Amino acid sequence: MKELIIIGAGPAGLTAGLYAARARLETVLLERLAPGGQVMTTDRVENYPGFPDGVSGFELIDRMKRQAESFDLKIESTEVTSLELSPEKKVVITDKGRYECKSLILTTGATPMKIGIEGEALLTGKGISYCATCDGPFYRDQDVAVIGGGDTAIEEALFLTKFVKSVHVIHRRDALRATKLLQERAMAHEKIRFIWDSVPTRILGETGVEGVELKNVKTGEISQLPVEGVFVFIGYSPGNQLVKETLDLDSYGYVITNNDMETSIPGVFAAGDVRSKLLRQIVTAVGEGATAAFAAEKYIEGFK
Amino acid sequence: MGDVLQVKDANFEEEIVQSDIPAMVDFWAEWCGPCKTVGPVVEELAKEYQGKIKIAKMNVDENRETPAKFGIRNIPTIILFKDGKVAQTIVGAYPKSHLDGELKKLL
Repeated sequence: MKELIIIGAGPAGLTAGLYAARARLETVLLERLAPGGQVMTTDRVENYPGFPDGVSGFELIDRMKRQAESFDLKIESTEVTSLELSPEKKVVITDKGRYECKSLILTTGATPMKIGIEGEALLTGKGISYCATCDGPFYRDQDVAVIGGGDTAIEEALFLTKFVKSVHVIHRRDALRATKLLQERAMAHEKIRFIWDSVPTRILGETGVEGVELKNVKTGEISQLPVEGVFVFIGYSPGNQLVKETLDLDSYGYVITNNDMETSIPGVFAAGDVRSKLLRQIVTAVGEGATAAFAAEKYIEGFK
Repeated sequence: MGDVLQVKDANFEEEIVQSDIPAMVDFWAEWCGPCKTVGPVVEELAKEYQGKIKIAKMNVDENRETPAKFGIRNIPTIILFKDGKVAQTIVGAYPKSHLDGELKKLL
């Protein structure tokens, strides 16, 4: 039996792993892809302290991974398929076998949400994107739309200006939610234009994106915006698939924990974006990862 | 990038389209973070399917012709080929079990 299993190697999982390894807990961190999570889609992280010139998402993750591994954290490339969780017993079932552990930390993050409108599924891979840093270079000198008004939407709109001719930011309200600094940059940018109070109702095109049909939520007016690409950043869905039936979740599906990151099952902890909380950032994920590992250590010490 | 075959515009036809066995091509670029998370999965699959399915990678930054031909506008994109024709297109970073399931259908 392992002492601790951590599921998901983003910033929260890697930090939990770092602390667990230094506490000399017998730990394994399971990740279905290579470590990184959503940070890997970030061009430049500007709000993680200690990097006054910013740092690429890839480099930050690489540093976190190397730091954790320097204390002998074991990271395995394994997909967890199901969990059997109870106060007495925790079993992790993976594509490579079955593990039992004394304590478990869930750091499964979140994934970008789809809009769920006509044309979206059909045109995914043909002009709809959920990752500007991946796909921006395919849209050189073209017109694109960004859907959303939060930090990610505005950061990605700014990133896209490096390649595209113009970016139309489509937002359902008449003001952005994004950090003020990002708003200032976007408002001042000559390539960025805002379409307020509007939601996309249909993605137009048969074999590739040709435009977006928009509805003004105040006037009800329908219009069409010709663009060659649509970048969607309207929020996230929690990675709760493994614990939907077993842990207490909030109304959005995020895992509820106490201040020590413990979930509704003793010995099962959650940290990072999958957790119910106010602010989903790298800086909050790492703090929670550390707390979860420390709390897990205390739990394991009391384990009979 | 491990031992995975790197195909280029110049040898794509010969290596993939005319391959005697089914093939899989992972379209990627250095600038793409999620592509890096799929890389190790593709390397593992290449070992497991050796001799049965030809598994290759193509850098879309260095090769423009082939990605354009297949209309690739998102990476990672994985295309599966059987008898020289596209059998399946997988857009986005998926875990090994999903790709493994799709590869099994080719055999």
